[in-house]
Amino acid sequence: MAAGVAAWLPFARAAAIGWMPVANLPMPVAPTNKNKHQDELIILNVSGRRFQTWRNTLDRYPDTLLGSSEKEFFFNEETREYFFDRDPDVFRSILNFYRTGKLHYPRYECISAYDEELAFFGIIPEIISDCCYEEYKDRKRENTERLMDDLEDNKDSKLPNMTFRETMWRAFENPHTSTMALVFYYVTGFFIAISVITNVVETVPCGSTPNQRDIPCGERYTEAFFCMDTACVMIFTVEYLMRLFAAPSRYRFMRSVMSIIDVVAILPYYIGLVMTNNEDVSGAFVTLRVFRVFRIFKFSRHSQGLRILGYTLKSCASELGFLLFSLTMAIIIFATVMFYAEKGSSSSKFTSIPASFWYTIVTMTTLGYGDMVPKTIAGKIFGSICSLSGVLVIALPVPVIVSNFSRIYHQNQRADKRRAQKVQKARLARMRISKSGSSTAFLHSKRNGLNQSLELTGSLEEDQQMKKTTSLLESQHHHLLHCLEKTTNHEFVDERLYEQGYLQTALQNFPSRSPSLSSEEGITGTCCSRRTKKNMQPLSATHTHSHTHNLQELSALHIQCGEQQPLNTSRSSLNLMSDESGSLNCKSSGLVTTAIISIPTPPSNNSRASPDAPPPPNPDAPPLPNPGTDVVKISAL
Amino acid sequence: MLRSTLVAVVTLTLYLLDSVEDELELSAVRHRPEGLEQLEAQTRFSRKELQILYRGFKNECPSGVVNEDTFKEIYSQFFPQGDASTYAHFLFNAFDTDHNGSVSFEDFVMGLSILLRGTVQEKLNWAFNLYDINKDGYITKEEMLDIIKSIYDMMGKCTYPILKEETPRQHVEIFFQKMDKNRDGVVTIDEFIDCCQNDENIMRSMQLFENVI
Repeated sequence: MAAGVAAWLPFARAAAIGWMPVANLPMPVAPTNKNKHQDELIILNVSGRRFQTWRNTLDRYPDTLLGSSEKEFFFNEETREYFFDRDPDVFRSILNFYRTGKLHYPRYECISAYDEELAFFGIIPEIISDCCYEEYKDRKRENTERLMDDLEDNKDSKLPNMTFRETMWRAFENPHTSTMALVFYYVTGFFIAISVITNVVETVPCGSTPNQRDIPCGERYTEAFFCMDTACVMIFTVEYLMRLFAAPSRYRFMRSVMSIIDVVAILPYYIGLVMTNNEDVSGAFVTLRVFRVFRIFKFSRHSQGLRILGYTLKSCASELGFLLFSLTMAIIIFATVMFYAEKGSSSSKFTSIPASFWYTIVTMTTLGYGDMVPKTIAGKIFGSICSLSGVLVIALPVPVIVSNFSRIYHQNQRADKRRAQKVQKARLARMRISKSGSSTAFLHSKRNGLNQSLELTGSLEEDQQMKKTTSLLESQHHHLLHCLEKTTNHEFVDERLYEQGYLQTALQNFPSRSPSLSSEEGITGTCCSRRTKKNMQPLSATHTHSHTHNLQELSALHIQCGEQQPLNTSRSSLNLMSDESGSLNCKSSGLVTTAIISIPTPPSNNSRASPDAPPPPNPDAPPLPNPGTDVVKISAL
Repeated sequence: MLRSTLVAVVTLTLYLLDSVEDELELSAVRHRPEGLEQLEAQTRFSRKELQILYRGFKNECPSGVVNEDTFKEIYSQFFPQGDASTYAHFLFNAFDTDHNGSVSFEDFVMGLSILLRGTVQEKLNWAFNLYDINKDGYITKEEMLDIIKSIYDMMGKCTYPILKEETPRQHVEIFFQKMDKNRDGVVTIDEFIDCCQNDENIMRSMQLFENVI
């Protein structure tokens, strides 16, 4: 279903007749359609290709170029058409947006060209409908990454005035930047290899002495190996200290995985130096030497693939966890079964259930060492079931992990996933802003007292004055909402005022305002005066200190009202209502914050006299993603 | 040879089934309204106005009919703060005069003709029809309570003053005090029309949407 519901506004207004007999108050005057011309076709000439559409179609989105008076700048008097010197292919999508309410992104278009066209015609890309939005975002991300890569490449080649420290850090991170860095890179790699080989060869038995048994090389050539070890550790220590010195953020560097590996690799040596040849601790010392094998992990600085493997394992944590869990379950089940099956047989190796664990693991992984075999018939049956199921249990999660690895390796989505999530949140936030724009636009126009002039007894001049700021459709929609307010004798307010009113009625034991007012003459009077009373209430609140926090909430709020709206997730909700107020909302929210500020700063209250000028309305930064900063600014009152 | 005939018979039946299904699908999905002249005769809209109305209608509902969910969705977009679905449900029933579960363009345009171009009598008739949920000719307090609650639902939560539980009920009481002259607990069409014609506010507000199209 197409989504431009502007055409249904007349229907909604006509249906409002259903409220009339129920309402107790007089209704406001309807906004008149002054320039009631017949709907006409207008011609849009885009680089020679002529598009025609109804004027009303374009008027659906008054905050874009085509929907506002901005298109008059492109009007060609001789040919009586609007001429745009832009790409006609992309214009097709843009015009379709007006017609159907959905903006599509054609796959064959270049992303930057499309972005430029959208910016020219004043359409925000977040409106792209769901069917095309993923594609658009992917292409956009690729583009920005490519630009960033280009930028980095350019950056690498210059920058003469970098400090020594920065040069060093760059040399460490990108060995290709200078020959010194390359030399350093290879030297450290060489020493890592040497160190690992030394550790391995140390344990090989080499040659026999006149004693009976072979002794490992390490004990035979103790000094040689000790010198080698010392040299390697020297190099590693120097390297670590240099990295530590050059790191832009030492704290972050010390917390990173690579530096921890470095530290663990060189610590055993130092601990060994410190410790004497005490018999008690030498056992512990020997185990410490195991940690020297961590030096092999230092190779991951030299190998991209190793890093990706590590990342894959980290990201497949859930699949690995599932594998582990299912294996554990199966092991326990089968170990129990085997234990009880083999309990009867004599001299069975299955002495306890934990002892049977070993058998189960060996069987399920189809290793089958044969050191423990079942002897009873039942044991053999269950043993065969165990080995068959082992194949299944292990074979199932492994392909998932493998496919994960290949996917990650090929697409390299590491930071992209994180970025995509952030973008999705920002997109939803912007959609929410523009959706809430309709209700906040109405509240905004109310607050500025515009609707007051729409009483049946109101004057027409104020009407005309007001019309300049809102489009006809918007004013009609506001009129409809105003009629609903009159019917129910309640007013729309934003979230914070509502909560404040709630608190006040609770705390001050105010007699509940019964809406069952009789339809006397004085109604309009009380309505208006009640409206002004609403403005006064915060004033009275300041005098009682218990309500000061209410006040700050009141001032801190309005932006967050948008969040509270029931989020209509259908794409069709981004119709003209929200859209036309999309960018309007940015302006209006800026305006609204100033309006809100002016309410709680009564002139009498000196401490709160507003030397803090109302925060500058920031029309380009959507307020919703940074509520924190706005709140801080305002409540500094 | 037997096998080939069998195969032929099977494929033929499958094809027939397919085409029958397609036909059924086609007829269910599309609906064309009567001609422009007939609609012009039946309603009080001019030709041009009917054209504009149909273009808007067909744009939203390419299939030619609105079902209740679409109707609710469209109507809810005008009232972002509250829940307009209940009232839209009542509206839908009021527009769907032949009660077939969908509003075609004819239903739509006839309803609009009454609302925008009808006499006050017709409009009040229409409103009565809206309030009379079970269409038995009487508005009971329960029906009125449902209607009024649905109207208050459209306001949503953030209102001033705070919406209370008994607000709709009180509103119903006022309504019945005004309309129910013989105090029999129901409002008939005559009572309704009489009372509305005597109320200046209501009369005035009925003329409010004259120039909507």
